[in-house]
Amino acid sequence: MHRITLHNFRAVTAVGIAVSLGLTLAACGSSGKSGSGGNPLSGSAAKGSVVVGSANFPEDELLATIYAQALQAKGIKVTTKFNIGSREVYYPEIKKGAVTIIPDYNGALLTGEVDTTSTAATTAEVDAALTAKLPSTLEILTPSAAQDADSVTVTQATAKRDHLTSIADLKPYASKMAIGGPPEFKTRTDGLVGLKKNYGLTFKTFVPTDESGPVTLTDLVNGKVQAADVFTTTPQITTDHLVSLTDPKFNFAAQNIIPLVYKAGMNSKITSTLNAISAALTTNALLQMDTALDVNHASYAQVAAGFLKAMDLG
Amino acid sequence: MSFFDFAWQWLSVSGHWSGDNGVPARLIEHVEYTALAMVISVVIALPVGVLIGHTRRGGFTLVSLANIWRSLPTLGLLVLAFIESGGASWAWVIPLVALAIPPIMVTTYEGVLGVDADLKDAAIGMGMTSRQVLFKVEVPVAMPLILLGLRTAAIQVVATATIAAYISLGGFGRYIIDGLATNNYQLVAAGAACVVALALVMQFAFSGLSRVVVSAGLRKQARQS
Repeated sequence: MHRITLHNFRAVTAVGIAVSLGLTLAACGSSGKSGSGGNPLSGSAAKGSVVVGSANFPEDELLATIYAQALQAKGIKVTTKFNIGSREVYYPEIKKGAVTIIPDYNGALLTGEVDTTSTAATTAEVDAALTAKLPSTLEILTPSAAQDADSVTVTQATAKRDHLTSIADLKPYASKMAIGGPPEFKTRTDGLVGLKKNYGLTFKTFVPTDESGPVTLTDLVNGKVQAADVFTTTPQITTDHLVSLTDPKFNFAAQNIIPLVYKAGMNSKITSTLNAISAALTTNALLQMDTALDVNHASYAQVAAGFLKAMDLG
Repeated sequence: MSFFDFAWQWLSVSGHWSGDNGVPARLIEHVEYTALAMVISVVIALPVGVLIGHTRRGGFTLVSLANIWRSLPTLGLLVLAFIESGGASWAWVIPLVALAIPPIMVTTYEGVLGVDADLKDAAIGMGMTSRQVLFKVEVPVAMPLILLGLRTAAIQVVATATIAAYISLGGFGRYIIDGLATNNYQLVAAGAACVVALALVMQFAFSGLSRVVVSAGLRKQARQS
């Protein structure tokens, strides 16, 4: 039995409402023009200062806070424009220089905006494709080792019993396992199709759940599924004792954290500061910070400052 | 391309009418969800509505509570029930029952409450007991409204049972949720069309039912008025 707190209840209700809105709005999304009236982002940053932006979800806002604090500590004048929206909304803004720096995920950036048909999978391939295809006003800096990617995740108990560390270790067990994931996981090339092609895995059944959300995690913890597609920085990996299996054959495209920057707004001091953050950031550190935000209700500023201090970057 | 073209493109493929994900299998699941949710809702809501209408006590509280109750977000309630129950596969029952109770309870109450006082006086004058007045006069006279509440609830439940697919179950919601997730709009349209068809069947079933359970005199009266 999963004990539920008031916070969880609110989150769950919010998820419910968000999903129902999403279902309703999905139909209208394609036809409507993205709103540009009264855009607060119009106009570029003043010379010698940068605008750090973020997407509209907590992890990205946290990363943006880390960037902003580190740059300020180096004496750079920083304006923040957090919570701008989805990539569809912030990408045009950074392209024209209204935002100078945004933390992004290399794989999603590539297939979401830059080259929707790309099949690049490894970090090196994805970064090479990005460097080649990004518009001339933009560039990516050094990718971090930290990733928020899809993964095949199991409980610690399962991992221990069957000695699992990599997806490849599932070979003798997959035929007896139910795997959960969002409905699209069944047909996506990096979903069941890729797991079969890259690792020769055929699971007993596929259980359609949600996007690494409450349904997926509850099913995994309660054993309705023995493996599930969970994003690698989901706080429940820590709180519910889960293990994300490594993906040596890059079935899931790399999703390294990268600073996406407006070229004209860069100088060597900014670049080296951001690259130092990328060098210090790991998936585990990001997971711990996401957990602090989500479970312990720490503020972005607190978590970011704690990280920079620990890494001696603040 | 119209909604119907999309739906037809998927529904006209014969392979989509058999197997675990075929229309008959999904129909049976959908009807199961609807039927179970309706039975539970009726068992809870009907006696309460009848009793409060008959005794005329607590009506205001009932209607107020029912109206507040209606504002519960169904999908939020589903996810909450799912997590609270530790991922139970019956979690879908909770939001559907929560959805169906208010219309059944309130229309039943209003129906019984609205029975002509002269009729009740006459029944009492003929020597009927309170119980006899309730079951031989109030409930039969209120039947058209009670059926209306049941029909409203049933159609809402048919339409909303699609959410069961959100917690990995079946029913026509499977088509809608899977279709949205994979940009397969034929599948979404087919799922929606199936739900609409089932809702229409439900509507006709209740029309038929009212011919059977509403007394002939009342039906005649309704036609004349």
